[in-house]
Amino acid sequence: MPGEVALDESAARAVLQRVLDPELPLLSVVELGIVRECRVAADGEVEVVLTPTYSGCPATEAIAEAVELALLGAGAPRVALHWRLQPAWTTDWIGPAARETLRRHGIAPPSGAAAVEDGAAARPLRLHRRDVACPRCGQAGAERLSAFGATACKALYRCLGCREPFEYFKPI
Amino acid sequence: MDGDTITRLPAATDGAGAAPAWDATTLPYLLRLGDACLVHAQRLAEWCGHAPVLEEDIALTNLALDQLGQARALLSLAGRCEGRGRDEDALAYQRGEAEFLNPSLLELPHTPPGDSAPCFGRTLLRGFLWASFAQALYRRLADSRDPALAGIAARALKECRYHAEHCADWVVRLGDGTAESQRRMQAALEDLWPYTAELFEDDAVDRAVAAAGLGPAWAELRPAWLASVEPVLREATLRMPPDTPFRSHGRRGRHTEAMGLLLAEMQSLARAFPGAVW
Repeated sequence: MPGEVALDESAARAVLQRVLDPELPLLSVVELGIVRECRVAADGEVEVVLTPTYSGCPATEAIAEAVELALLGAGAPRVALHWRLQPAWTTDWIGPAARETLRRHGIAPPSGAAAVEDGAAARPLRLHRRDVACPRCGQAGAERLSAFGATACKALYRCLGCREPFEYFKPI
Repeated sequence: MDGDTITRLPAATDGAGAAPAWDATTLPYLLRLGDACLVHAQRLAEWCGHAPVLEEDIALTNLALDQLGQARALLSLAGRCEGRGRDEDALAYQRGEAEFLNPSLLELPHTPPGDSAPCFGRTLLRGFLWASFAQALYRRLADSRDPALAGIAARALKECRYHAEHCADWVVRLGDGTAESQRRMQAALEDLWPYTAELFEDDAVDRAVAAAGLGPAWAELRPAWLASVEPVLREATLRMPPDTPFRSHGRRGRHTEAMGLLLAEMQSLARAFPGAVW
């Protein structure tokens, strides 16, 4: 049909559902909660509002590029990308299905609600979460091996039951 | 950021259109914090490949990465505030020593005075003192009237909380450790402590920014900072040194001798190859 836009909003969202995070290629940018808004203008331009994760996340620019290329590749004539910093990204935006995906891939999902600041001062020696459940055997209680893991968003733990090391997605 | 290629980050559009209440005092206020993050990141990154254990090598470079990310956001904002077309890179790589406004505490080398090797405990202690301060500052900046600054702060706050916890863990472990580790940590505390006084010096920039509702005067943050720092130092069996009349002046562009060497290394590539990009 002449004048029909190349990509409607639901198609654009479906494209974004397939854009994977470069450092967690099992989750899409939508599942991670990075995509805040997606609109298609009358002239077909797709406007996407993203919220960046960590300040130092080295994947931020790669994500922006991947989103733009995916939409252009799917037929969008133009893409307008915007970053929104407020409210700040939180692991609470990772939905239940995505958490299950993380667990299935051996990464313990972030536990508890992270968005609320408890206001408590630094608590030395009692810092490490021990309520992290092993993504393999499911046993609660694990020891932390390293505060930082292969990427900025993860820490390294070891299950005290099955003794398997695993990555833990830190709640922020 | 200029957004000329898709690999560059587009500027955050929070509050676009709303006229921020920026005036001549806003730029130095933003640079003090942005430069602090940048210089701290540069120092932390010096441990890359040299930390005592692999886990800490990764930890320190991750802290550096977060600090660098915060510096990028803050310097980009400072560039917009300045209005002369300078982006984060121009501000990081093309300013001279006297134009940097970071507190002197963060530029000091890892090697203690009179010593010949970097001290890991000293780095972690400084990281703890700074992250505790940054938490207090970002908590207040998250309520800034400037939406872009509030957005940067809300995100950075969570990162600094993790930094403070990680560093505090080490401060206690080393302070309340062996006789030798305790001695080194106490020496580091006595050397670094006088430089913390600068963080809470009151001046016209802070007063104007506080009056405009953009952010707190740093002097207001001392009670919150002490409340975070004191219990950890106590648990680490470290004696808090008495306050002295010594004042450093990095926030006003007067730096220690370490700063020129730090900048020479940080800016060498940008100065040797002007306009170089990845």
